[in-house]
Amino acid sequence: MSKPQPTMRTALGKVRGLGSARHGAGHFIAQRVTALALLFLVPWFLITLIGAVRGGYDSALAYVADPVNAVLVLLAVGAALYHMRLGMQVVVEDYIGKNSTKLVLLILNTFICVALFAAAGYAVLKVAIA
Amino acid sequence: MSSWTDKRPMSPHLQVWKWHLTMASSILHRLTGIGNYLGIFIVVAWLFATAVGPDLYEPLAAITGSLWGQLILFGFTLSVCYHLLNGVRHLVMDAGKGYTPKFASFTAGLVIVLALALAVGVWMLSGLVPGVDPLNLAGAAQ
Repeated sequence: MSKPQPTMRTALGKVRGLGSARHGAGHFIAQRVTALALLFLVPWFLITLIGAVRGGYDSALAYVADPVNAVLVLLAVGAALYHMRLGMQVVVEDYIGKNSTKLVLLILNTFICVALFAAAGYAVLKVAIA
Repeated sequence: MSSWTDKRPMSPHLQVWKWHLTMASSILHRLTGIGNYLGIFIVVAWLFATAVGPDLYEPLAAITGSLWGQLILFGFTLSVCYHLLNGVRHLVMDAGKGYTPKFASFTAGLVIVLALALAVGVWMLSGLVPGVDPLNLAGAAQ
């Protein structure tokens, strides 16, 4: 007989099919790695964004057009959207019991985050590359 | 309708727990996470409007510049500050530190106070509070 694989899951949990669908650790790690990235990106974004917003449309345009800003804005928005998609997924899984509603909300969550990233990506690339 | 079918009692609900600072901290973390989720719509709208042009940018700036707009933006700032600071606390706790009840309560309270101070500080230093502009950013911009 082969040795059983080391696992955190109980036999009962396996039988019931509950617990993580083999994605739990990945979710946990991704949530924290994006958090670590945001720890640096968000303060930078907060400080520079306020400076950019103060001067009206022209200064906003100049801000996004700057190559370093363009890359960092994409990183900040991308990491934030990834992080918040994972977070909202947990919120939905915690509070929504009905399977069909849960599924719809989880898919909607993904759609919203991807759509926001597409909009932000389009905007930054259009301004920065033009 | 919940699909919960287990007849055994569930863990106690919010109304039977005595309120603790750590509990408020946990709930606030989730609330501000949802707040940030909503707030990033404003950030992306701002980026999008910058790319589209003044025809979209100016009306949007008029909304965010209004009293309600400013209140929402300050709420967003506060939400970001809290979630960021408490996120650091969570990362420390993920490393297995800071769990003694006294210390956990202390850091929970500290984060709430620091988040308020940080949000107010960011707004005051960046001259967004009317009449308060310690760094004279308004003068520098002209």
